[in-house]
Amino acid sequence: MTKADIQSEIAVAPDLAALEAVRIALLGKQGSISALLKTLGGMTPEQRQAEGPRINGLREAATAGIAIRKAELETAALDARLASERLDMTLPAPDAPRGSVHPVSQVMDELAEIFADMGFAVAEGPEIEDDWHNFTALNIPEAHPSRAMHDTFYFPGGKLLRTHTSPVQIRTMTSAPPPLRIIAPGRVYRSDSDATHTPMFHQIEGLVIDKGIHLGHLKWTLETFLKAFFERDDVVLRLRPSYFPFTEPSVEVDVGYTLVNGKRVIGGSEGWMEVLGSGMVHRRVIANCGLDPDIWQGFAFGTGVDRLAMLKYGMDDLRAFFDGDVRWLGHYGFSALAVPTLSGGVGSAA
Amino acid sequence: MKFTLGWLKEHLATDADLMAIVETLTQIGLEVEGVEDPAAKLDAFRIARVLTAAPHPQADKLQVLTVDAGEGAIQVVCGAPNARAGLVGVFGAAGAVVPANGMVLKVASIRGVESNGMMCSSRELELGDDHDGIIELPADAPVGSRYADWAGLNDPVIDVAVLPNRQDCMGVRGIARDLAAAGLGTLRPLGDVYRMASLQPVNGTGPAPDVATLDPEGCPAFYAQGVAGVINGASPNWMADRLKAIGQKPISTLVDITNFVSIDLGRPLHVYDRAKLSGPLVARRARDGEQVEVLNGKTYTLDETMTVIADDVAVHDIGGIMGGVHSGVSETTTDVLIECAYFTPERIARTGQALALTSDARQRFERGVDPAFLDTGLAIATRLVTEHCGGTPSAVTRAGSPPVAAKQVAYDPALAAGLGGVDVSESEQRAILERLDFAVGEDWTVTAPSWRRDVDGAPDLVEEIVRMVGLEAVVATPLPRADGVARPTATAAQKQERIVRRTAAARGLHEAVTWSFLPEAQAAALGGGAWTLANPISEDLKVMRPSLLPGLLAAARRNLDRGATSVRLFEIGRRYLADAERATVGIVLAGERQMRGWASGKANAFDVFDAKAEALALLAAAGAPVENLQVFGEAGDHFHPGQSGTLRLGPKTILASFGVLHPRTAAAFDLDGVIVACELYLDAISAKRGSGFMRPAFAPAPLQAVRRDFAFLVPVEVASDALVRAVRAADKTAITDARLFDVFAGTGVPEGHKSLAIEATLQPIAKSFTEEELAAIAAKIVAAAAKLGASLRG
Repeated sequence: MTKADIQSEIAVAPDLAALEAVRIALLGKQGSISALLKTLGGMTPEQRQAEGPRINGLREAATAGIAIRKAELETAALDARLASERLDMTLPAPDAPRGSVHPVSQVMDELAEIFADMGFAVAEGPEIEDDWHNFTALNIPEAHPSRAMHDTFYFPGGKLLRTHTSPVQIRTMTSAPPPLRIIAPGRVYRSDSDATHTPMFHQIEGLVIDKGIHLGHLKWTLETFLKAFFERDDVVLRLRPSYFPFTEPSVEVDVGYTLVNGKRVIGGSEGWMEVLGSGMVHRRVIANCGLDPDIWQGFAFGTGVDRLAMLKYGMDDLRAFFDGDVRWLGHYGFSALAVPTLSGGVGSAA
Repeated sequence: MKFTLGWLKEHLATDADLMAIVETLTQIGLEVEGVEDPAAKLDAFRIARVLTAAPHPQADKLQVLTVDAGEGAIQVVCGAPNARAGLVGVFGAAGAVVPANGMVLKVASIRGVESNGMMCSSRELELGDDHDGIIELPADAPVGSRYADWAGLNDPVIDVAVLPNRQDCMGVRGIARDLAAAGLGTLRPLGDVYRMASLQPVNGTGPAPDVATLDPEGCPAFYAQGVAGVINGASPNWMADRLKAIGQKPISTLVDITNFVSIDLGRPLHVYDRAKLSGPLVARRARDGEQVEVLNGKTYTLDETMTVIADDVAVHDIGGIMGGVHSGVSETTTDVLIECAYFTPERIARTGQALALTSDARQRFERGVDPAFLDTGLAIATRLVTEHCGGTPSAVTRAGSPPVAAKQVAYDPALAAGLGGVDVSESEQRAILERLDFAVGEDWTVTAPSWRRDVDGAPDLVEEIVRMVGLEAVVATPLPRADGVARPTATAAQKQERIVRRTAAARGLHEAVTWSFLPEAQAAALGGGAWTLANPISEDLKVMRPSLLPGLLAAARRNLDRGATSVRLFEIGRRYLADAERATVGIVLAGERQMRGWASGKANAFDVFDAKAEALALLAAAGAPVENLQVFGEAGDHFHPGQSGTLRLGPKTILASFGVLHPRTAAAFDLDGVIVACELYLDAISAKRGSGFMRPAFAPAPLQAVRRDFAFLVPVEVASDALVRAVRAADKTAITDARLFDVFAGTGVPEGHKSLAIEATLQPIAKSFTEEELAAIAAKIVAAAAKLGASLRG
């Protein structure tokens, strides 16, 4: 028996079972190498010196050869199993439904973030309002022509749906002591329906009541807000004198835009569009809330949340906001994790 | 309000060009909404003379003309019957665009004869309706000149949005006055504009009209003058052209005069045909039910809150709003009575609103006309009537007296900076106010001019200063920052809403925003609404929603109609109850939960446990103690009675309801199949109370928990939840959790029973459980279950 005989015997073992049979035949209790090893005991020292290394060599060769062959066979078996388990990796993976946050909610969150940095808290008020909060306290007496500016929804008994978020000014001033800085986003209602008006829409109101507040503070606040909202330094405001019964002086604010591929993009001053109404809170409104207008003064502003969303994110149909079309929501909605933050930028890139 | 540049310049002597005027108007608060140049569309059309006219060789009705439009003879084929040699008309060369139809004129062969343009009719140039022939101009019209220039059509029309508080700018003169104050020119004296030496009414011959005011509250002043022997023909060209330029149709001289004065001076007038009046004309309250047909052709029924002008027989004018048909002037009118009155703004506003009747006069009176302008207004009206209609004026009647008391304001020039944020010296402020015709006393007592009815406080004067120096002079000034570190500005409820919203979106739901108001039937399907609009915009938007589900169900319907296979919608908003508006979350799941797939097999529909899962997940996000919630029934009639429930904290506080929609409710929304929904009542979940940021120490159990399975046979009516709770409660220290993992009924389970398999988690504390201890716990569990009629399954 030679090393070569042993090695070839191991090498031809086709599987692990055959290899085990070879191992038993060679190294098992009755194995041929085991038999040879047993002969060493009966040998003379001289014989043992000559035969010992040869027989031990055979044993070592068998042991090592079997280990190597075993590894080979195991690898081949594993490869064969894996090959049999091959799947089409282009098959679709299970799909989880994707949800979204409505643009109106997202923009309200953005606004809350921007104004939080300026110290404005978020205030709320009822949508089913009374005449006093919606009109009278805001210096809009019953026969005032500006009531005709609001197409008001009424309920039997005299309550109404608020036509603007301005009654929240009144509710804030009558419930908390100044100084005050609040924004009040929410639903408002006007009996108006065409391509650009819906009977329900969203406004955000801002109010600052403090000592020594003037139009310059209003201008800074609106500039800071609009620059932060559109994340552009080239946002240009144009202020125009205007009229609202609850502010004096009153200021209408236009924002400059640039035409990009026929679409109006905020920034620059190729054209102007009206985005905000504002002014210094009317003395009578402050007095109506039980505050002394000789001590407290401030400003208020209001704008459309839906409109801000449209200007920033490019929707062109207001009515689609309220349709609940899952295709539209998927297209214009926002990822749940796109939480507006100052550090990450309040806007969410497309 | 519309006027032309030329009209404005009647009152304003200025070198400023259109651009400068438009910019200044906007800057001072008279926002220019548009400028239209009527000459622009006529730019290519020139005055031309027909040199020769010969019959067309191929067509009887056509002629071949040569015309001279200033650059030599041009050949034109023309079909107009009045085309002839020597006629001077208007020619459009090739390339010109015909205003009436947008056609571009081309060099063309008409029946074999080349034509190089067109001689135009009035209709083609949108100058009138005449299309019987081409325009014929006077023979001396300058050939080659732009027709628009020669015809005086090059006067740009400016459209200004006058703010509700600026009645004084509801007339061209008021706008000119504001521009002059802004430094854009000089206001021409009114006497010069109307070429009148005196602006006082002439005291004519004959008795003054018999007019009176019996309603001094609604009509404090009624001035009137008669003119006898007038001829009411067509108004003079200059007046008709002015009215036409701003889109008003000339009617007759007398009517046009009242319209012109109203627009020119913001002073509404009314002219009566005296032949149609019986007895004295008085301003009085209307009688309930009294009727009058007015000039818009409609008949209005009046009540005693309204002021009218009436004679012995009938009402002739809804005072300050619209005149009656019966006494209106016509071409046969010879004797007239001119009314120049003052009506109280609030009365006009109320009457106008009550009758839903708008007019130019109402617009002006309800904003408050100049009470000191009655004499002048009457003088100008009479002057225009006698000048253009002839006749002899009578003496003047001045019944009552207008409220001319001047408005005074105690002003403090420091307010310009303190409120207006502009740095304007005291002397400049004084100059600005004086340019606006305010009288400024030494002590800064400021008296407003009679036409500025809007001024009632110092801030109004600040506004005057600011608009005159321009809002760009306001220096942006940062708001002072509050001391210390910024605090959260959102309330607990707002934060709760935000986290619920983003949790829902992360769970695969789309956020919808639906109408707050519903059709009555949809509200009724959800138990009915507490608030129904008195004046809904449509029947579909009438009742304030008592639940968020109707809006979402209707949206689901629309999505399915568009071919959506799976609709997952949620909304966060208010539901409107009789006593309050409550923060609510609504969820609707419709269609397929999972599409058919190569691995998952057939598509499967949503079931009630999807709704329960969403409810629990969002309640957890909202901070509700979901482990302590119990499931009850009574989710409402709009749900499937056997597949719906409420999640309650204690027996009374309902935090959510969920279920499969009742087929009848689904049908009300045109939906079929299994629709599942849930509603969360955020207002019922008390926001977590802040207890600092520190968390309790992390203390995992040192020993490994042991899990034991129990299969029980229980009567079918026993709620699985009751059994699980019983198991958990069997040994409150050892059993930390019990979880149902199988429900089975059928072979091997007796009739009327079901098999529930529960895995209990047993947590050893100090040392591992011994077999005896485990057996004892198991015995407790079995005993607890037995109380519910459950027995261990053998």
